[in-house]
Amino acid sequence: MKRLAIVGSTIALVVALALGVAAYVAATPKEPVVHLSVKRFEYRPKEIVLKKGVAVVIEVESQDVVHGFNLPDLGVRTDVIPGKIARVHVTPQKTGHFTFRCDIFCGTGHEDLDGTVIVEE
Amino acid sequence: MARTINRRDFLKLAGLGGAVFASGLGYRTGAAARTYSAAQDFYFVQLSDSHWGFSGPEINPDADGTLRKAVAAVNALKERPDFIVFTGDLTHSTDDPVERRKRMREFREIVSGLKVKDLKFMPGEHDASLDHGKAFRELFGDTHYTFDHKGIHFIALDNVSDAAALIGDEQLAWLRSDLDRLDKEAPIVVFTHRPLFDLYPQWDWATRDGAKAIELLMPYRNVTVFYGHIHQEHRHMTGHIAHHAARSLIFPLPAPGSAPKRMPIPWDAAQPYKGLGFREVDAEVKSARYEVTEWPVQKA
Repeated sequence: MKRLAIVGSTIALVVALALGVAAYVAATPKEPVVHLSVKRFEYRPKEIVLKKGVAVVIEVESQDVVHGFNLPDLGVRTDVIPGKIARVHVTPQKTGHFTFRCDIFCGTGHEDLDGTVIVEE
Repeated sequence: MARTINRRDFLKLAGLGGAVFASGLGYRTGAAARTYSAAQDFYFVQLSDSHWGFSGPEINPDADGTLRKAVAAVNALKERPDFIVFTGDLTHSTDDPVERRKRMREFREIVSGLKVKDLKFMPGEHDASLDHGKAFRELFGDTHYTFDHKGIHFIALDNVSDAAALIGDEQLAWLRSDLDRLDKEAPIVVFTHRPLFDLYPQWDWATRDGAKAIELLMPYRNVTVFYGHIHQEHRHMTGHIAHHAARSLIFPLPAPGSAPKRMPIPWDAAQPYKGLGFREVDAEVKSARYEVTEWPVQKA
């Protein structure tokens, strides 16, 4: 009987926690999403504008082969695999123009495959 | 030094290139040092980034002739180097596997004119990243290897066959196993294509897991790295390890971060071949010091 009571309490606790987490997630403001597509040898758009201190999700989608998305000045990078949307979370802490580039060698135009993030006040 | 280089003649010839003394490595004295002191001093030549197959008249109107001129310039050195190493980007990238092999064969044919017994080749990302080094291995052999020469242990590391600029865990384990055999005082020279350290990742001038290789090398007190990729002379220290980048044989690139884009520096008709060249490295084995002399492709 005592054991049943413990199990019941545990289930109640798990349910409460799950509901709490769900509530917390629902309450979290959704980060704006910036979408980029990449193919040999072009990012689209080639330039994106972000606000200093504002968190965003950058989504990158490949239209052909495996690429990279590397934005070292803002400390983010990811592989971009065809068929999957790659996401990085970034909250720029400084203003300026910052280069992002493909860092997985993808062919003859690889070295020109880059773009710019402009961070404004 | 055992070899009798006429340094004055070298410097006269190298008037456009100049000589730079590569930093000493603080080689420790004592029993370990004496182990290597009997070794004979020598020199080798580093050539890099010839990008055979590149076309761009505004960048290099003599793209077909520059490598040949470098071969002639090396052959004109008064003494033969013990060996010559090419630190990658022998050819310019092409998506066509047939054309890739054609360029590699043409490159090999041209450099076969070098008057030296021993040629060492390494791939750059232009040679190897699109097929994981397959064509390179067919024509030039292994992409990473070691050899010993007159008391110095040489390690060629491949940081390009993985298109993501990774050395990879397997090769790092191989490196660890190779290093484990060595005395901590042993003179070691590492050849790579990309810099092992984060020189300027914004321009892809880095090796993503290069820090792991440096960590493995760090306990060894006499390590020097020679690499290519950035098409210019550059010197950097990670702790006591010196890293020396070489010039290209096709076009120079701007200093790291000095321009909005990593674009080739256009040809200067008033100073043809400016910024291009190769280097000789005089190894003083006893002290593990390397004197680096930069040579122009062609006298003005």
